[in-house]
Amino acid sequence: MTTETKYRVIGTRPVRPDGVDKVTGRAIYGADVVLPRMAHGKVLRSPHAHARILSVDTTQAEALAGVLAVICGRDMPAVSGMAAAGEGGDMNMRYASNNVMAHDKALYEGHAVAAVVATSPHIAKEALKLIKVEYEVLPPVIDVRKAMEPNAPILLEDLRTDTGGVKSETASNIAAHLIAEEGDIEKGFADAAVVVEREFTFQTVHQGYIEPHACAAEWRADGQITVWASTQGSFAVRQQCAAILQHPIGQLKVIPTEIGGGFGGKIPVYLEPIAAVLSRKAQRPVRMVMDRTEVLMATGPTPGAYIKVKMGADKNGNITAAQGYLAYEAGAYPDSFIGAGMTCLFAPYNLKNVRIDGFDVVVNKPSSTAYRAPGAPIAEFASETVLDEIAETLGIDRLAIRAQNSAKEGDWRPFGPPYTRIGHQECVAAAQASAHWNTPLVREGKDGKKRGRGVASGYWGNWDGISSCIGRLNPNGTVSLLEGSTDIGGSRASIAMQFAEAFGVTYEQVHPAVVDTDTVDYNDVTGGSRTTFGTGYAVYKLAKKMQGEIVGQLAGLWDVPAESITIDGSSYSSNGHSATITQLAKLFEENGIHINASITAKGSNLSGAFATHIVDVEVDEETGKVDIVRYTAIQDAGTAIHPSYVEGQMQGGVAQGIGWALSEGYVYDSEGHLKNATLLDYRMPTSLDVPPIETIIVEVPNPTHPYGVRGVGEVPIVPPCAAIANAIHDATGLRLRDLPMSPSRVWEALEKQ
Amino acid sequence: MAVQIASGKVAISATINGEPQTWLSEPRETLLEALRDRLGLTGCKEGCSNGNCGACNVVMDGRLVNTCCVLAVEAQESEITTVEGLGTPDGLIPLQKNFLEEAGLQCGVCTPGFLVATKALLDKNPNPTDDEIRWWLAGNLCRCTGYDKILNAIKKTIAETTTE
Repeated sequence: MTTETKYRVIGTRPVRPDGVDKVTGRAIYGADVVLPRMAHGKVLRSPHAHARILSVDTTQAEALAGVLAVICGRDMPAVSGMAAAGEGGDMNMRYASNNVMAHDKALYEGHAVAAVVATSPHIAKEALKLIKVEYEVLPPVIDVRKAMEPNAPILLEDLRTDTGGVKSETASNIAAHLIAEEGDIEKGFADAAVVVEREFTFQTVHQGYIEPHACAAEWRADGQITVWASTQGSFAVRQQCAAILQHPIGQLKVIPTEIGGGFGGKIPVYLEPIAAVLSRKAQRPVRMVMDRTEVLMATGPTPGAYIKVKMGADKNGNITAAQGYLAYEAGAYPDSFIGAGMTCLFAPYNLKNVRIDGFDVVVNKPSSTAYRAPGAPIAEFASETVLDEIAETLGIDRLAIRAQNSAKEGDWRPFGPPYTRIGHQECVAAAQASAHWNTPLVREGKDGKKRGRGVASGYWGNWDGISSCIGRLNPNGTVSLLEGSTDIGGSRASIAMQFAEAFGVTYEQVHPAVVDTDTVDYNDVTGGSRTTFGTGYAVYKLAKKMQGEIVGQLAGLWDVPAESITIDGSSYSSNGHSATITQLAKLFEENGIHINASITAKGSNLSGAFATHIVDVEVDEETGKVDIVRYTAIQDAGTAIHPSYVEGQMQGGVAQGIGWALSEGYVYDSEGHLKNATLLDYRMPTSLDVPPIETIIVEVPNPTHPYGVRGVGEVPIVPPCAAIANAIHDATGLRLRDLPMSPSRVWEALEKQ
Repeated sequence: MAVQIASGKVAISATINGEPQTWLSEPRETLLEALRDRLGLTGCKEGCSNGNCGACNVVMDGRLVNTCCVLAVEAQESEITTVEGLGTPDGLIPLQKNFLEEAGLQCGVCTPGFLVATKALLDKNPNPTDDEIRWWLAGNLCRCTGYDKILNAIKKTIAETTTE
């Protein structure tokens, strides 16, 4: 299970190349971009969750001293069609355009309706108050089940329900009804000794990156647009801006800044097209920065949902049938990652009889987007708590039931080919062998509080996608490695390590940089747990290509057949000649030879990542507050390139999962107003809420990657909610089925017990 | 004394990272805006604008403050240390070095706040317990790391200091 002996660089823990800038305050994030003559943009947002925009009068705002221009929906081009926009999905660009700036209807509180550019952000804010918008307020729909009712107010008049490619005749808030089916569930449930069916509800939660959205844009008179963006995908920003602005894509350059967290939320554009249009009008570069309330109100949270799960098992605990009904709130525009939720719902298990119905439903909330394993944590909360109940009913050990039903290579899964080599069984086995699981739980905590232990497994797929890189051998033997993948959490290090491994040099000899869209070829977003896998695969191929070029040049210089040249690490030799890469770099420079290769590669990743978590909680029965007292996360990383960064992803995912489980959730009033749009009221975990998180990295190499890498970023957020609910049950006997399991909810449930 | 000039701006003088600075701010500007936009010290980050995330932490006259909740005019004649004043790229302080070696950062945007806040803690209490560290840092939100590796970096720094 260890890679130490196999590799030189992989498995070590070097310091990241961007680290010094980040600990000295020198790293440039989105809001840190400063340009000559720069002006400042601000957005006017709808106070209503659902309203028709009757008129927008900007004259008074335009008259304010310091205001350079004001725009609203009519200043944005009419848009149609689809565009690729990350995580393998296509985006309806008319909806994307309307989300960036409402044209005729505001569909959620905080929806952009106008924008101002001024010489200072304060003047821009003042000017927003002078814009007169006349609204016809419409009844909002903020709950998924109400939105699905036949007589519900309709958000998008042109929306028809798509069921397997067949469109409904009348308008509906249900954008899609997906079905995944295998075997015969009627027979499966008939064969069961125990059947458990439960309902669950989930609130909207936010990715919660600490850096609010920020960008700058300059639209020059010659039609060249440059965008500086804090984004997970510079090419995704370029594609979306080209479509929304109806501008030739070749005249758009996106320069990615450092990114202060994304978790899926920094794939769609919000400010960038507005900044570009404001720049064109003002004839100045424009910077735009959201405040936290704008981030919470108007950028992509993850869907709220209603889920129903039914599972049956025979008396030995073998699952005989499983059924799921998932209705996800897409927010204002379709696409709630319902398909991903369905894929993950029962993913850790080998099931013969399954039926899953998924509904993608629009409601008057911000348009949802990806959040770390989008769709999976809530789906697996439902299935993993139901499975826990089955294990309890049958008197079977909770990890044993997961082991005996575990999915393995060749097993069926929804919407995809059968599993390749996966590591769920190994994760459960590592959990069973862990110090945590083998330490008896002390059932009484501080002041008589009750303690309990819970477990849960989770799955998230890995996306392959396209990655582009350029490698240049410098005269001193180092390599400049230019990457199209933006770096959220250390990928410059994990990519440089794989390149160093493949090219036979040290980590220190590789100088990675994230570059703009004019410098490298197309590169998919940093998302879908793909970067260390996909860009790692690309640099592996790049290293081999550069070695090939070196051999070709050496054959000429040494006058030997290319086939006779052997490579050992960084040394090349043939027929009495021998030189290290550093010596060769000098030789090439003297002979005017340049080793300069580029690659665009798409790996093929049909695999995925599994995790199993163990948690001990302590429940205060007087207040309902749940504390996490011990946590162990076990995860199959395939091969851990940089173990510290793998552990960091696991711990970070767990921390977000703890927030989702216990304290985070959007609170709306009946009019669709968000009541907790600050970080005081939207409670993310602090250092007091998260215990030390123990990590166990399992390594079942991914057969579709040269080093066996699996994506590690997303799956650790999947099990925590279910594991914590199962632990609360173990402590108190309560089965909680609504998130978050906040003190008030726990207290009320204890009172009713 | 505050000097208000014709544009409505106020002349402010303060010692920042050991250097005397004088600049003009509007009375409505926060210290965070002044540090970032007037003085180019963009190591202070704006994460929440209301004192809940700590990304804009600096030490002002010996006190840890959220600069989004301090007006620039309140900084008159003060002494301020920002993340840029802790160490330099070729002269990192042990805390900065240990954040790097212990992988105490991922996206890095909360890191300046954590470094400044921890420095303020260690200046007051060179040997805090784990609970004291967690309590002190509860005003600094990190969304990437789960705090574990941040704590490791701090504890390593304390261990190195106390054994010296």
